[in-house]
Formats: sequence, structure tokens, C-alpha cells
Amino acid sequence: MTYALELKDVSKSFGLVHANKDIDLAVSPGSIHGIIGENGAGKSTLMNIIYGMHRADKGTISFNGQQVDVRSSADAIEHGIGMVHQHFMLVPTFSVLENVMLGSEGGLTLSEGRATALERLTHLSTTYNLEVDPHALVSDLNVGQRQRVEIIKALKGGAKVLILDEPTGVLTPQEADQLFEILKVLRDDGVSVLLITHKLTEIMDITDTVSIMRQGEMVGHRKTSETSPQDLAELMVGREVLLEVTRTPATPAEVRFSAKNLGYTNSQGVVELEDINFEVRAGEILGVAGVSGNGQTQLMETLAGMLPLTTGVINILGTEVTSADATSPRIIRDLGVGHIPEDRHTHGLILDFEARENMILGFHDSELAGSGKLFDYSAIQQNCEDKMAHFDVRPSNPRLSAKNFSGGNQQKIVIAREFSANPGVLLVGQPTRGVDVGAIEFIHKQLLELRDAGCAILLVSVELDEVMSLADRIMVLCDGQNVGIIDAEKADRSTLGLMMAGQKAEAAT
Amino acid sequence: MSKPTPPLPRWADIVLLPLINLLAALVLCGLVIFAIGENPFAALKVMINGAFVYQGALGYTLFYTTSFIFTGLAVAIAFHARLFNIGAEGQASLGGLGATLVAFAMAPIPGIIALPLAIGSAALFGAAWGIVPGYLQAKRGSHIVITTIMFNFIAAALLVWLLAGMMLEPGQFSPQSSLLPEQTWLPKIHEMLGWIGLKTTATPLNASFLIALCACLFFWVLVWRSRLGYEIRTVGQNQEAAHYSGINVARVIIITMAISGAFAGLMAINQIQGVSHKLILGFTAGYGFTGIAVALMGRNHPVGIFLAALLFGALVQGGTELDFEFTVITREMVLLIQGMIILFSGALAYMFNPPLARLLARIFGTKEDANA
Ligand SMILES: Nc1ncnc2c1ncn2[C@@H]1O[C@H](COP(=O)(O)OP(=O)(O)OP(=O)(O)O)[C@@H](O)[C@H]1O
Ligand SMILES: [Mg+2]
Repeated sequence: MTYALELKDVSKSFGLVHANKDIDLAVSPGSIHGIIGENGAGKSTLMNIIYGMHRADKGTISFNGQQVDVRSSADAIEHGIGMVHQHFMLVPTFSVLENVMLGSEGGLTLSEGRATALERLTHLSTTYNLEVDPHALVSDLNVGQRQRVEIIKALKGGAKVLILDEPTGVLTPQEADQLFEILKVLRDDGVSVLLITHKLTEIMDITDTVSIMRQGEMVGHRKTSETSPQDLAELMVGREVLLEVTRTPATPAEVRFSAKNLGYTNSQGVVELEDINFEVRAGEILGVAGVSGNGQTQLMETLAGMLPLTTGVINILGTEVTSADATSPRIIRDLGVGHIPEDRHTHGLILDFEARENMILGFHDSELAGSGKLFDYSAIQQNCEDKMAHFDVRPSNPRLSAKNFSGGNQQKIVIAREFSANPGVLLVGQPTRGVDVGAIEFIHKQLLELRDAGCAILLVSVELDEVMSLADRIMVLCDGQNVGIIDAEKADRSTLGLMMAGQKAEAAT
Repeated sequence: MSKPTPPLPRWADIVLLPLINLLAALVLCGLVIFAIGENPFAALKVMINGAFVYQGALGYTLFYTTSFIFTGLAVAIAFHARLFNIGAEGQASLGGLGATLVAFAMAPIPGIIALPLAIGSAALFGAAWGIVPGYLQAKRGSHIVITTIMFNFIAAALLVWLLAGMMLEPGQFSPQSSLLPEQTWLPKIHEMLGWIGLKTTATPLNASFLIALCACLFFWVLVWRSRLGYEIRTVGQNQEAAHYSGINVARVIIITMAISGAFAGLMAINQIQGVSHKLILGFTAGYGFTGIAVALMGRNHPVGIFLAALLFGALVQGGTELDFEFTVITREMVLLIQGMIILFSGALAYMFNPPLARLLARIFGTKEDANA
């Protein structure tokens, strides 16, 4: 049979890093093919090679049995390849239609290109249930809708192979389900879908076949029906992996961190947080659950001092911070609060800085950058090497720019930095977004160790499973309000689901 | 998305690319000179001789270089914080005012105190003129490009008002102050060489050249070795991450503009304490704007800035010589050449990047590729 896509012996190095080694891959037409692998295994690199954004050092690529030379993404599109990148590439100030038109504007005036694009867009959105208003501004769309625009863009040239690089990383579970429905329709229409994800349940749910990568190599291909999450995880990591952490009961001590009547109203006057009350004790994890966009981001940012409080009091290790105080991240940090931000690219990292410079972000005034007045780069280097070793950041090269690390390893840099400071209170946002199963296991273990060492941890995650498996108590946010706080033992999916929809804890239980 | 461009190796980016840009500009100028009926090679020879070879030429060239180093550093430091300081011209004017005022106030005080105070005052006045736009940007969100341009006009008007009014030298009709007290003059380099027994041609090159070299070193330490420099670069790269990390973004913006203004202000000491020994209207001569080209061409690095400043210094000096020697080549022609170089090494700095990168990749078979 002829494969829709076939790779033979594809290799690619970046300097000393062997990102892809002799990769073979075959994808049948009309199938969903999963690609999994640890952070930095080379998945994105391989996809970028197929899409013509990187050039392989050696090896061949064939589409429908024909060997082709893909020299640019324009070539790839011509051969019927479409790709949705790990990070969206849309112009926010353009309308959906204008974004779809990009690259095929047509003649001198836009009217012709606009008409054909509109036609394509309507056609695609009706056939594949890709509902989106062509005239809406992209900046007004939510993440799920933006992704649909990306998919329409990828499909507009009549793509027969669609590559999706970690599409679900930024989606809520509901949005992810909608995406999968769309992918199934595409598959039934004869499109081959290449899906990268770190979530093994998604692989099990939706793919037909799956390929596993480890450290630049293809270590196996499986029929999804003949494998199990455990089997896949072991192939990926090369050892046995605990898919769920075993959590010992917490031994909470004194209250370290609390909020009373906390409120935040944004500059447009919209109330985004109202009357939030909670306490976190030393040695416990308070999880925050909720459908994303219900105030979690604002909660984290007000607590971290990045947004000003409108009302209320935060008590950090005995020091009170009120709306009257001019808070700042510096003040909060100096009180002993660590913060792993939800969005590592906008907040957690300076992408153009070297890893070692990122490893002192927020600590450049401390000993880590040297004890004298000036920076001591040998200390900075040493600090980075130590943390990279302890947190298994790969490649362990302190001089590599943050942007050249794979997504999961970027996250590990942030985690290494914030965990190592031994914070008394830790704010954690989406700690395992885009992180592989092995690293999730590691990060979860580290979080629990920090807890047991007496840290008070506030954990925000849109992954309900993550909150349920780590938190000792769970606070549910809905519409910027605290619906209730329940013990993790008593929490199950349906109770939390009802609370996330706004039902009070008493009524829900 | 078209062909991926491999990144240039560092040495090519820093050395080769600027040279190619320079060459392209010179070739184009050569064609223009040829078109107006002169021999471009003869012209080039006169330029080079005029800038480096004739007696005293080098001194003049380095004198201009000094001014360009200061304004180049001023633009570059702001650029590390992603602030586009167009106001070096105005900050330099104010620097001149600062140096002059303090110098006059120091009339009875010995040079050992008066001289450094006048220099410091130039830096301080320049800094103050940078702080205001910095503050407006940081706290009010007024765009720095607009405010610094406006501040150039305000500075110019202020100097006209002062020099045509209360600072005008009695009995003078051109807008300039009277002579500064002698102990606030900066020694000339040829005088300094004379102290150790070396006889050289008298040129306007003065001690501020040495200060400029120190400023380059200071710049490097500040940006890449100090904690403040880290904050400046962080703010320049990503303000939101800077805020997250506890850096006071507004404070860094204001401080950066102060430093930037101080560098620009120091340019005045070269002209005023070094050579003219009085405040003259328009002494900045547009060098504040040339600083933008210098910083661009020098890639915001002190070594690059030094070399770019040297190039522009040579152009000014060699250009004057051209004007002398060829009747058809006028001052305007010289400005054209400068403009061409600014165009190629500033505005079109990366035009040759993709072809060069591909060529080098072919020659050396580099495997590195753009992180698309
Ligand atoms: N432009 C580059 N320069 C240097 N190294 C790079 C570059 N791009 C990728 N790498 C390295 O190549 C390896 C593979 O990276 P890649 O992004 O393909 O991983 P990935 O499997 O997609 O990981 P993740 O799941 O974390 O996104 C990593 O070690 C990465 O650091
Ligand atoms: Mg990736």
C-alpha cells in the first residue's frame, strides 16, 4: 500500500545536539497517527522537517509514494501538508478571514482573494464543523476558536496530511473534545492527521497508530488498540513510570499564607475576583480548580504581586499586604514566595537569554549571581549546571538560549529556578503544561517533597486530575468567586464538576 | 514563510556583514562620483589620506570619533532596554549648557576641582534631559520617540533664548557665550603628548577621547556585568517577564534614559571644553542623530560602536578634504556619501543577510538552522 507520508532515515543535528537520528515513519491515508516522546525527544524538529521549516541532514521524505524534496513550507503546502504549530501564528489585529487569506491574497486588489478565501473558509467550516465567524477579530477569539482558525489555515490549500504539534496543551478538556470530533471527521474524509501530545489518554482515545520517540530516535510503532498507557510510557522514558503519584497524607502545621476578602477589579472596571478567602498551612497543597478563565490567572497574579489588589488582605508568613500597600512582585518575593507562572513564554523566561541567565531571573540581586557588586559568571554558570543536573534539564547546556530548549525543558528551567530557592510559600500555575509523563512524575514528586518539607503550596491547574492527585484541599473558582473549599478525599469528578459550574459545596455534596 | 535562512555565524554578523554593507555603499557612491565626471578611486584616495594620512588628519578624525562614540553609546544603552532615544541631540545641547554654567560658576576655583565638576555637570544636565521623556514613558506611556523628538526642539529653543539673551557675550552678534575660564578647558592630546616629550601636530583631539574610551569600557561592564545591566536587558527583552521577576520596570526605564542622556551630554565636553571653549549655538551639528546610525552599525556593542564612530569620524574629516580638492565634489556630495553609508549600514543593515548566510552555509556546510 502507498503511505500518505513516509520518512526514511531522516537525521538532523543542531551543533552537537542530535535532534533526530535515522527516523523511519509511515502514515496511512485516512488515519490519526500519534507521536509521543519525552521533552526534547525531537518531535517538533521532525514535524518541522516534514513541513519544510528545517532541512534534514540526510534521509528521504515521500508523499503518496513519491519522493520529494521539501525545501520550504511553501513546497510542503504544495505537496498537501498543513501544520498547526505548538505556538499559534496568527495576526491578532486581523479578522479570521484576513488571517486565512495570508499568503494567498490574490491579485492587485484584495476583493478577489477575499471572495475565494471566504468561499474556502465557509466550505471548510461546514464540512468539518470548524465553526468560527469569518469576520471576528482574532484577538476577540478564545484559544479553542483560534486553534480552529489555525486548522482552517492549514487545510485551505487542500492538505492531505495535517500536523498538529501539541494542540491540546492550551485547551480546556471540553475544547479538546471538540477538537477530536473535528479530527475524526477529517480522518473519515481521507486526511492523515499527525498528532503530537503528552497526554497518553488522548493517544488511547483518538489515534489509530502511534510512534514513540526517545532521545532523537524512533523506538517503536504500535497499533493503538494493541497497547496501553503504561506500555507507551515505558517505551518513551525507557523505564517504568508511575502515572499517578502516591501521595502520603499531609501533615499541615501553622497557617503560612492566607487571603481574606480578596478582590480584583481590572482597569475596565470588570470585577474579576470577588471575596476570595482561603488559608494554606505549612506542609499542605491547596489546589485551585475551575474551568479556565474563571479568575485563576488573576488570582495567581494578585497573590504574586503582579496585579494590584482591589480589596482584601493577603497574609504571607505573618506579614500583611493590603490594597493600600503598593504591592510588587519584588516585595512578595522578598517575603519568601516562589512563583511558577502559568505562561512560561510571557512571564517565566526571557527566550533570547541563555539558560544560565534565565536561571537567575528574579534572583539577579542575590548570591546566585555572585557575591560581589558585579556579576560573577562562573558562579552563574555553576548555579545553572547544578540546577540542570538536579532537575534533569536537557540538553544540560547553560549557554543555550532558552528558546532553543524544547517546551518541556523550558518548563523545567523555570521549575528548577523557583523550587531551588526553597520558598516558604509557592504559587504554582499549570506546572506540567506541555511536559512529558516522565517529567510530570518528577515534578509531582518534587512538589510533594517541597510540601513535606513544610512549604505552603497553592496549585492552579486546568487538569482536574492533576489537582485531584496532588492537592490536600481543593478550592473551586467560578466566575471569579470561591464556590467552596473541600477536602481532596471527598472530591470526585462529579462533585467538582458541579462546583465548577457554580453550585455551592454544601449543595453539591 | 519562504526559505528558511540559516543564522549567520557570529563573526560574520559582526565583521563581514558590516564590511559588505560599507562596500555596497562605497560602490554606489563611486558610481555617483563617476557620473558627475570624477574618478571615484582618486576620490577614495583623497578621502583616506584626508582622514588618516595627512599631517594631523588622524587627530581630526579621532576628534569627531569622540563625539560619535558618546552619542552612539547614548542610543545603544537605551536600545538595550528597547527604548528608541532620538533625543541625543537635545541631551547633548543640555550637556553643553550644563558644562558652560558650571564652568562659569567655577571661575575662581582651581582646575582640579572645576574641570571634573564641569564634566559631571554636562553628564548631569544630559541625564536630566533624558529622565523626563523616560519618566513620561514609564509612568504615562507617552512614546519615547515622540517625546525625545519634542525635547530636541525644546532644547534648541532654550539654547537660542539663552545664547541670544542672558548668555550672549557682550558686544557679540553671533549667538555664543563668552570664553570659559581656562582651568575648565580639557587638555589637547598633542599637549598631553608634549608633557611626556613627544612632539605631534596640533589638532582638536583632546582628553575627552580618553573619557570616551573609558565610557566604552564602562558601557560593557554596565550592560554585561552589572546587576543593573541585567535589569536593563531584561526589560528590553520582555517587560512582562521583568515585572514577574520583581524588576521595577518603570524605574529601569527612567534610569536607562538617565544614563543614555548622560552619555549624550558628555559629547558636549568634546566640543565645548575640548575645542571651542564656549557654548555656541548648534554645536551639536546633528551628531546626536548620527549616533543612531553609529549604534545601529555597531550593533549596540562598545567595540562595534567605536569602529562605527571611527568610520563616521573618517567620513566627516575625509569628506572635508574631498570638498577642498575637487571642485565638482561639494559638501552636499559628502553628505550624500554619509547618507549612503547610513542607509546601507543602518536602514538596510540586514539586506545582505540572507544571501550571505546561504553562501556561508554552502561554503562551510553549516548544519545550524533558523529556529523557525
Ligand atoms: N534551533 C535549535 N538550536 C539548537 N538546538 C535545538 C534547536 N531546536 C531544537 N533544538 C534541540 O533539539 C532537541 C529536540 O527538540 P524538539 O523541540 O524537537 O523537542 P520536542 O520533542 O518537540 O520536545 P517538547 O515535547 O518539549 O516540545 C532538543 O534537545 C532541543 O534543545
Ligand atoms: Mg515540541
